[in-house]
Amino acid sequence: MKTDELIDRLTGQLAPVSRAAVPRTLAFGLGAGALVSFAAMWLWLGIRPDLASAAATSAYWMKFLYTLSLGCFAFWAVERLARPGSGSRVQMTLLAIPLVVLLILAFIQIDGVSRATRMHLMMGASSNVCPWRIALLSLPLFAGAFWSLSKLAPTRPIVAGTMAGLLAGAFGAWIYAFHCDESAAPFVVIWYTLGIAAVGALGGALGRFVLRW
Amino acid sequence: MLAAEAQLKALMLSALAGDAAAYRALLAALGELLRRYYARRLADAASAEDLVQETLIAVHTRRATYDTSLPFTPWLYAVARYKLLDHLRRGRVRATVALDDAGELFAEDESEAALARRDLDRLLETLPATTREAIRQVKIEGLSTAEAAERSGRSEIAVRVGIHRGLKALSDRLREGRTREDR
Repeated sequence: MKTDELIDRLTGQLAPVSRAAVPRTLAFGLGAGALVSFAAMWLWLGIRPDLASAAATSAYWMKFLYTLSLGCFAFWAVERLARPGSGSRVQMTLLAIPLVVLLILAFIQIDGVSRATRMHLMMGASSNVCPWRIALLSLPLFAGAFWSLSKLAPTRPIVAGTMAGLLAGAFGAWIYAFHCDESAAPFVVIWYTLGIAAVGALGGALGRFVLRW
Repeated sequence: MLAAEAQLKALMLSALAGDAAAYRALLAALGELLRRYYARRLADAASAEDLVQETLIAVHTRRATYDTSLPFTPWLYAVARYKLLDHLRRGRVRATVALDDAGELFAEDESEAALARRDLDRLLETLPATTREAIRQVKIEGLSTAEAAERSGRSEIAVRVGIHRGLKALSDRLREGRTREDR
């Protein structure tokens, strides 16, 4: 086909595009994934029965805000990475903030306590299942994030895949927190982060092959 | 004559709002820009033309990813570079660039880098001596800014700023030269 013909054809297909198209596409994929993840959490694990009273504790909000802020910063990074030629370093650096804050909280909690208590703060009662459950609950979100990115234009597939994985992992962990009754910062900073990071690694590995356009 | 950033951006904004005439003008201008871009990088004219078309299609299907608050040409060249790298990765053809220059393909500002190579020495002569040396050492010999700073006895910031200004002056000069050529 001649290039002039192509230009005619493309001009014929022109439709107005919204300025918010990128965040909207991402929100659509993630929203659909979040619904599935939430339903899976509810049916498979169940919402913790003491949610109402837990919501009055700072430990509950620590988990809630840690995962939510990670998710929002990762969303912002993916939103940039989905656009050719847009810098995303600032957004990716922001991801470190919730992690550092929670690390400080965790060190404060384990500072000066007995060894047994320290172990308990770190291992809780569910450390053997927590990262796996987070990773599994993240999968629908992961599929949604990758679906969205496949409609957009990530020029750095490995970085974009990793960030999309962290995004799915963070919101998966946020949903898991409706079930999980652990309340210690050391536990969350280790096991939640591990689950989220695992999904990020999966995203980087897949991104290389899947995020082609 | 190559269309300027301001013109292209104005056309793109109208096109995003649904203006078909602006879109046609934009695609025609981009076709020309891209033809030059790929012709400089690929020996085989047919695959260069294929890439022009592929990139125009990508511009069309991914046009929503252009952030209207930013300049348009960096977006365009990022798309073009992605398509070029994708093409090279698939290994259908061999690039015309020598292996030693392959790093340039991954350089941040590729269009400028390719142009700069052309008359590099002549252009460098037009810069002040300290700036010229800094650019030579960091951009051509591949020293770090810290090493260049140590050699010239200036601070690292001074070297960095000097390089930035020098490169900008060079690219402005190149752009002038290029517009003259195209007339």
